Amino acid sequence: MTEQKPNSFRNQPDERGHFGQFGGRYVAETLMPLILELDREYRAAKADPAFKAEFDDLLEHYVGRPSPLYYAPRLTEALRESAPEGMGAQIWFKRDELNHTGAHKINNCVGQILLAMRMGKTRIIAETGAGQHGVATATVCARFGLPCTIFMGATDVARQQPNVFRMKLLGAQVVPVTSGAATLKDAMNEALRDWVANVHDTFYIIGTAAGPHPYPELVRDFQSVIGTEARAQMLSRTGRLPDLLVAAIGGGSNAIGLFHPFLDDPEVGMLGVEAAGHGLDKQHAASLAGGFPGVLHGNKTYLLQDEDGQIAEAHSISAGLDYPGIGPEHAWLKETGRVEYTSATDTEALDAFQLLCRTEGIIPALEPSHAIAAIVKRAREMPEDSIILANLCGRGDKDIFTVAEALGVEM
Amino acid sequence: MTRLAAAFAKGRPALVCFITAGDGDTAANLDALVAGGADVIELGMPFTDPMADGPAIQAANLRSLGRGTTTREVLMIANEFRERHPDVPLVLMGYANPMIRRGPEWFAGECAGCGVDGVICVDIPPEEDPELGPSLRAAGVDLIRLATPTTDAARLPAVLDGSSGFVYYVSVAGITGKQQAATASVADNVARIKRSTDLPVAVGFGVRTPEQAAALARVADGVVVGSALVELVAEHGASAPEHLKSLTRSLAEVVHSATLENHSSLRA
Repeated sequence: MTEQKPNSFRNQPDERGHFGQFGGRYVAETLMPLILELDREYRAAKADPAFKAEFDDLLEHYVGRPSPLYYAPRLTEALRESAPEGMGAQIWFKRDELNHTGAHKINNCVGQILLAMRMGKTRIIAETGAGQHGVATATVCARFGLPCTIFMGATDVARQQPNVFRMKLLGAQVVPVTSGAATLKDAMNEALRDWVANVHDTFYIIGTAAGPHPYPELVRDFQSVIGTEARAQMLSRTGRLPDLLVAAIGGGSNAIGLFHPFLDDPEVGMLGVEAAGHGLDKQHAASLAGGFPGVLHGNKTYLLQDEDGQIAEAHSISAGLDYPGIGPEHAWLKETGRVEYTSATDTEALDAFQLLCRTEGIIPALEPSHAIAAIVKRAREMPEDSIILANLCGRGDKDIFTVAEALGVEM
Repeated sequence: MTRLAAAFAKGRPALVCFITAGDGDTAANLDALVAGGADVIELGMPFTDPMADGPAIQAANLRSLGRGTTTREVLMIANEFRERHPDVPLVLMGYANPMIRRGPEWFAGECAGCGVDGVICVDIPPEEDPELGPSLRAAGVDLIRLATPTTDAARLPAVLDGSSGFVYYVSVAGITGKQQAATASVADNVARIKRSTDLPVAVGFGVRTPEQAAALARVADGVVVGSALVELVAEHGASAPEHLKSLTRSLAEVVHSATLENHSSLRA
C-alpha cells in the first residue's frame, strides 16, 4: 500500500463520494442499488491487475497512446512578439487530439465499457452534446459488439450532423431529445430516464467527470492517463515539471485527467478555462464563475441557476462546453484554491482557434481553443524559461462548419 | 394524530392525487380533487429538469415554469389550500435543487408555516439525507421516502430509517406515467415493506385507470395517481376542474371500496 501524503489533494473523494461539500449520490432510489454495485465493482476492478492490463493494452493498440508531448515553437514565438522583454513562456501541448476518434473522450469510454462487461451488462446508453462522447461510446460498443443508444438534444442533432452520421455508421441508435432546450442537459435527463427503466441490463457510460459517485472518480481515473503520461514525458524531455497546466472545462474530464497526477506537485500551477460564451454578463457556460452550489444529475456542484434553483440554459460556441454544471472535483479544487479558474469568450476562442491553425498547422477543436485563448493572455506574463503545458483535448474537424458560420464564410 | 396518519386510518385504502403547482388554475384544480374524494394531495414543485418524470409531468413542469411559477408561489398555493381545507393532508413532491436552494432550514420552515404535511424528494436518497432530512424532522414535516422494485432487503432498513408519514412504493423501475406494474409483484413488495414498518404504504407510478387503481388498492394502503390527472389539466385548461373531479370520483369509489383482506393479514 502506498502511504497517503498528509494534506494530499489526490485522496478525494471520501468513501461516500464527497469532494468536500461537493459530489455525492443524488439519484432516484431505483438507481441507488446499481450505483452502489458499480462502486463495489469499480473497487474490485481497480485492484485487479488483469483489468488494468486490458485497459492499458487497448489504450496502446486501439486508441494509440501514449499521445505525443509537443513543443509549439511558432506559437511560442508569436506570443513573445507582443510580450515584454524576456517574457513569453514556452508552450507545450499534450496531443490528445491524435487519439482514435479525435479527442480524449475515448480514454474514458474504453475504461467504462470494460467495467460494463465485467458487471454483465449487455446494453450501453450515453448522452452527448457535440457528439464526441457519443462517437467514442459508439466506437467502443462496435469494438465489443454491444448495442448502443445515444441520447442527443434535437438542437445538437441539427448542428452536429457529421457526428450523428458517424454514430450511425458505427451502429448506434441516436435518439433526438426534444424536451427543454434540446441540448446536452436534456440529453442527460433522457439518458437517466432510460437508465431508471432499464437498470437490469443497461450500463450508462457518462462522458464527463460528473454525475453520481463513483462516476466523477472513475472518469477521472481513466482520464488521468493524460497527466500521468505528460508528467513522465515532460520530465524526460526537459528534466523538470511545467510551471502551469492549462485545460478547457465543460464537465471537466480532460482537465481533471491532466491536473490530477500533478496536484501534489506544489510548484505546478493549474488553470482551468470555462466557456464565457457571449460574455460573463450575458449567456455563458461558466458555472464556477457565474453559478452557485446545487444538485443536478446526481451530484452537488456549481450550477448556473436562478434564485429558485431552476437550472439556466448554458451557451457556448463549443457544444462540448455547453453545460450549466461542472464536475464536483473542480468545484472542490476551486474552493481549496489549488486550481485557478478563468474563462474565455466565444470570440476569444475563435481567435485562438485560427492562431493555432496558422502557427502550428494544427486545427484544434473549439473546446481546447478556450484553453489556447487563456494561454495567449497568460504566456506574456511569464518569463521565457517557464513552461506552459496545455491539453489539446480534441481536433477541430468537427467544428469547421461552426467556425465558418461564425466567421461569415460560405462553404 | 397527524393529518397524514388520519388519512390512512379510515379503515379503507386512501387515494393520493398528484398535480403540478402553477399548471392551470391550481387552487380550483386542487379543490376539485378534494371534492372528488382525494384523501391526500400531492403537489408537484415544478423543476426545469424532472429526471424521474415521463412526458406528461415533464410538460406540466415546463408549462408551469413557462408561466413564471416561483417557489414562493408554490408555497402560497399550499398555504391557501391549508386555509380552505384544514383537514386534508398535502405533501410537496419535487427535486432537490429547488428545495435546498435557500438552505434546507428555510425550506423546512416554510413548509411547516404553510401547513405542508410532508415532502417527497426524488433525488435525495438515504445516503444524502443530511442535505434535507434533519431540517424537515426538526420542523415537524414528514420526509416521505420512495421504495422501488430495486430496493432489496439489505437496503430497505436504510430507506425506512428516518421516513415518516407514509412510504411511497414506486411500482415500476421507470419514470412516471409509463408502464404498468404486475399487481402480483406489487403485492409481494408491499407485503415485504409492511413487515418492516408500521407506516402505511402507498403505491404509485403508472396508475392511470380506476381498474388499475382498484387492483392496487387491494394490496396497499393507498394508491397514487398523477399523470392521468395532469393530462386532464393540459387538455381542458380552464374547464379542467370538472374533469378532474369526475376522474377522481371514479378512482375514489373503487379505491375506497377495495377489500381490506390483505391489509389485515399484512398488519398481523
